[in-house]
Amino acid sequence: MRIAGAVLLGIIVLAACAAPWLAPNPPNRRFADLLYAPPTRIHAGDDMGRPHVHALRIVSRLERRFAEDATSHVPLRWFSDGVLVTADPDNGAPLLLLGADPYGRDRFSRLLYGSRATLALGALATLVATLIGALVGGVAGYAGGRLDSLLSRTSEFVVVLPAIYVTLALRAVMPLVLPGSTIFLLLLAIFALLGWPMVARGVRAIVLVEREREYAVAARAAGAGATRLLIRHLLPAAGGYLRTQASLLLPAFILAESTMSYVGLGFPDTTPTWGTMLQDASNVAMLGDTPWSLAPAAAIFMVVLGVNLMVQSTGRAPVQLER
Amino acid sequence: MARFLLRRVSFALVLLVCTSSAALFLTRLAPGDVTSQLGPFAPRAEVDATRARFDLDRTPVVQWGRWVFRAVRLDFGDSFLYNRPVGPLVVRAAGNTAVLAVAALIISTVLGIGLGIFTGSRRAGWMPACVRGVSIFFVSVPPLLMSLILVFIAARTRWLPTTGMLSPGVVDPSWPAWMADVAWHLVLPALALALPIAAVFERLQSQSMSEAVGQPFLLAAIARGVPASDLVWRHAWRVSIRPICGVYGLVIGSLLSGSFIVEFVTAWPGIGRLMYEALRARDIYLVSACAAAGAAFLAFGTLLGDLLLAAADPRVREELDA
Repeated sequence: MRIAGAVLLGIIVLAACAAPWLAPNPPNRRFADLLYAPPTRIHAGDDMGRPHVHALRIVSRLERRFAEDATSHVPLRWFSDGVLVTADPDNGAPLLLLGADPYGRDRFSRLLYGSRATLALGALATLVATLIGALVGGVAGYAGGRLDSLLSRTSEFVVVLPAIYVTLALRAVMPLVLPGSTIFLLLLAIFALLGWPMVARGVRAIVLVEREREYAVAARAAGAGATRLLIRHLLPAAGGYLRTQASLLLPAFILAESTMSYVGLGFPDTTPTWGTMLQDASNVAMLGDTPWSLAPAAAIFMVVLGVNLMVQSTGRAPVQLER
Repeated sequence: MARFLLRRVSFALVLLVCTSSAALFLTRLAPGDVTSQLGPFAPRAEVDATRARFDLDRTPVVQWGRWVFRAVRLDFGDSFLYNRPVGPLVVRAAGNTAVLAVAALIISTVLGIGLGIFTGSRRAGWMPACVRGVSIFFVSVPPLLMSLILVFIAARTRWLPTTGMLSPGVVDPSWPAWMADVAWHLVLPALALALPIAAVFERLQSQSMSEAVGQPFLLAAIARGVPASDLVWRHAWRVSIRPICGVYGLVIGSLLSGSFIVEFVTAWPGIGRLMYEALRARDIYLVSACAAAGAAFLAFGTLLGDLLLAAADPRVREELDA
């Protein structure tokens, strides 16, 4: 189970890293007259045994019906133009493995490129929130006294806030239209701000117990300073807990990005992310006819499943909740 | 117990004031205000009159003071978007969210605990294995994805309405017809919200059940001749319910965030949608009231969770009284 989860996550991360080589088309290239096109069908062998595709021609713009042009014959091109596989995008026969979106862009390529922003944001936010949580919790548990109660009160307060509303409010007070990189930093800051207190509370409780244990007392007697004691001796004791928390935060943050982008408060449409791509699925009338617009949902599901599978085998209940 | 309740309620009140005030300041300091809704051709005088009506011509602190002064008398200001007092608006939306959340909570509790006891008490066989597999799957399908998938299925098959709370075109229906219509529209959002939580409950219950089944007191009960169904449902279950009660407060909290996106996807007219609309329009008092409602919802949920835990675990009860 654990290996399956790790393999799943590994494949996704690898695909995200290799997006420029794997994606058949640039993520923002628009193919005229292929809006809402269905996935390109790959036909097995031609007379020379090569897999090939046919060009798509639109039959009815009103009904968005497409038909394959059987006279055209476009063999797949491997390892050309610096990508793994593509068809003939310049002559109206692009390789659209998951169809085209409402703007005629290649959904599969956008999915690959979109994984970068989504995963990077989720992973970075998890890292930052865990680090801040570990530091604050460690300092609070170690120092005690007034500093401890100040830090603890603060984290308790943030924990009881309705996180989704705070995220919404913090995002919405900024100008609604911002460039992708600004959004990235903004969401990173909001997620880290809301994520650290849960971590800090647990770390504080662990450090509070650990600092009275013999090894900590011995280290102190041997002359270890507060910083060294905290970082080298006490925080490692919270390692398992930190890993657990990180595995809860990562799916929550990925989901938060998707939610924000889905409702139109996240990344702009020109930055492909899984959340912005999910917007295509918000049109109920179209959703029934274009199941492939749910592809980013499947991608999010696979990440969450991968994390849950990795956590499952450690014997902990797979509770993943956000407030 | 009374002291505990008093402490919690007063803390919740402080939280309410803090969140709604923070929401007010945030919205006020954000670029743009409600007058942008008047359009670019609005005459200067009308813009100024609108600003004056919503206290936007005063400093934020004075505006906040006047708002607090009115709020004490239960006047929470007017909504610009809807051009009426925010109180009834928010109460209505919060009611809709509560209906959705309670329905989801009931479905997930019954489904999750029932199935969890089933899979936890018998390990062999293909049925428990199936349930277990399905719930591992569902744990990884959060409400955002679940609602999209259900909407897709409903749009394809036309089994269920996908949007809104009432069928369009029905004018002034009778009470039973209205109830039936709402319930019919409730099925999809409630399921979208409930299924992931049911899966979490199933996993937790199953785990603690299988632990409880292995304990000596159950062996003793078997030796006394307690029938098998009583063994599971009365003896083991009472012990195994504790972990569920422990996460119940968290779950009620997560219902709020889950319901936001479900409301958005299925156009359920709840508090999350209202907050979103208000934020985008910079409808300042509506934002504050929605934030307060959200905080109240959360505070109530965690309180309920703690009380449940206290009911299930005598040790927690002592802690609360202390």
